[in-house]
Amino acid sequence: MSEKKNKTVLTVEPGKQEVFVTREFDAPRELVFKAYTDPKLYVQWLGPRDLTMQLVTFEPTNGGRWRYIHKDQHGNEFGFHGVNHEVLAPERIIGTFEFEGLPEKGHVVLETVKFEELPGGRTRVTTQSVFQSVGDRDGMVQSGMERGVVDSNERLDGLLEKM
Amino acid sequence: MARTPTTHDPFNAVAEPKRRQILEVLGTEERSVNEIVEMLGWPQPMVSKHLAVLKKVGLVRERRVGRQRLYTVDMEKLKPIHDWVTPFEKYWSESFERLDEVLLDIQKKEKRHVRKKE
Repeated sequence: MSEKKNKTVLTVEPGKQEVFVTREFDAPRELVFKAYTDPKLYVQWLGPRDLTMQLVTFEPTNGGRWRYIHKDQHGNEFGFHGVNHEVLAPERIIGTFEFEGLPEKGHVVLETVKFEELPGGRTRVTTQSVFQSVGDRDGMVQSGMERGVVDSNERLDGLLEKM
Repeated sequence: MARTPTTHDPFNAVAEPKRRQILEVLGTEERSVNEIVEMLGWPQPMVSKHLAVLKKVGLVRERRVGRQRLYTVDMEKLKPIHDWVTPFEKYWSESFERLDEVLLDIQKKEKRHVRKKE
């Protein structure tokens, strides 16, 4: 294959309150933006394959609310919700994000998703998540939204692939 | 807030993108400085400087063979860092793989649609 596989690049610098997730897609910007704002498409991709996704509220407009629930095979539910501050097609989505499974409320993340047009009908999506504290950020990255354990060899392979 | 010096903390050592690139070209291989210089196209002093930091925090091991020094990644040291970001990384990389499929699907449908119209 001549095409390089698109890699998810995670930037988590020590002592900072933010995380960047960057990924390129072999599709035009309008389409990628649509996949983020059309509820029928959104449920098809957000989250790992072994979790089901239930979109409870989805208002992709300025001031609109959103809420979804990830469910695993054991019946555990993980709820997330927030408010869209700005939804500007096809450039960016700015909003808040809160994981409902945390021991206390009020740990809110400010998320900015940018959609950049690349040559050849491709798109780069960059998500910046700003947390209220370094501890909040490290907790979120570490919990990985309560994902299960993966074989450690596979993990090491994955890391070298990613880095 | 006081930060741990880079030379003491593997987490801080890999925060520098150039050092991550060195770990990446090393991968599971054992390589000399010259090989790394060639692969990355950086000046040799730059490679040596970053290798020294990686060696000091124990992420990279050095072995002398004749006049050459060979370097490998110490997977045991790398693992805690890896374990820390893996679940989060996995959440997003898996989501985005699914998004690739969704995008491909839409594009195929659009093409079929255009063909029908023609």
